[in-house]
Amino acid sequence: MSDRERLERAIYAAVDELNGQLPKGVRVEPVPDAPLYGKGGKLESIDLVGFIIEVEEKVKEEFGVSITIADERAVSEQNSPFLTVGTLTEYVAGLLKENGVSLN
Amino acid sequence: MESASTESPVLLVTGARKGIGEFLAGHYLERGYRVVGCSRQPAAREGEGYRHFCLDVADETAVRRMFAAVADDYGRLDVLINNAGLASMNHLLLTPAKKVRDIFETNFTGTFLMCREAARLMRKRRFGRVVNMASVAAPLKLEGEAVYAASKAAVVSFTQIAARELADFGITVNAVGPTPVATDLIKGVPREKLDALVARQAIRRLGEFRDVANVIDFFIRPESDFVTGQVVYLGGV
Repeated sequence: MSDRERLERAIYAAVDELNGQLPKGVRVEPVPDAPLYGKGGKLESIDLVGFIIEVEEKVKEEFGVSITIADERAVSEQNSPFLTVGTLTEYVAGLLKENGVSLN
Repeated sequence: MESASTESPVLLVTGARKGIGEFLAGHYLERGYRVVGCSRQPAAREGEGYRHFCLDVADETAVRRMFAAVADDYGRLDVLINNAGLASMNHLLLTPAKKVRDIFETNFTGTFLMCREAARLMRKRRFGRVVNMASVAAPLKLEGEAVYAASKAAVVSFTQIAARELADFGITVNAVGPTPVATDLIKGVPREKLDALVARQAIRRLGEFRDVANVIDFFIRPESDFVTGQVVYLGGV
């Protein structure tokens, strides 16, 4: 399994955890295009907070690296990393690269 | 005395080596909790149901490491008591900036870090009780305690807002504000200053460890799930 696949698996595991917490009828699909927060997103801000924590923890379990997703940069990015599962995956891949994990 | 089992709730108290923290560790062990304590120096306490970590509460890496160990070993955290505190009595004109930073690091940053990491663990079970340590130094506006009181005022503001931010996760956040209690924290305070301070309380005596434990007992009861963002000052302040 490639590092990219490992990252996607970690993020989809966090999506599963998130879906377990969401109210009935609200669900995030484990696919890159699935909207998260903002345009078309179904999440409340509190759901996003829980989801970000899950992603940080799953990434730590998978790669052994502690990342902080919601720093000033993420919040101020013109294109929010929290728009879709795919944009978040790209953003986390960038954070991992900064921490010496280049995804092959 | 109830004995702790693997089903028993887990309570973490900071500053557990001495004073109020040491008392609280024993108090909750007697009540069947599994207790995790931490302090900068090793603790004398050991034995079944108790685990100690040596760390500075303001050291983010060390705090994260401790919570990772708590998550691995216990898989849960029910109660956090942010007891660790640093005080320094001095006129503001004579207070070095380093002392200000040290006090805020321990009293505020430490409380924040512990609360953040604890809440991350507590939210998994949608249950948690956080109790922070305020102080009557803030509402009484004690001269000579400007920096200490300011750090405790910060703890109060943090407590009230954290209560709102964590409510959706089933976590309550409250604070107890002790009057002076005979511990190392006030050993440098002159007797007449203490007497004058106690005279401003509705009930004029020094606080005791049990007074603090009594308020914490109330905050952490399962029935107190509708009590959050509150600060209870002892002695009628």
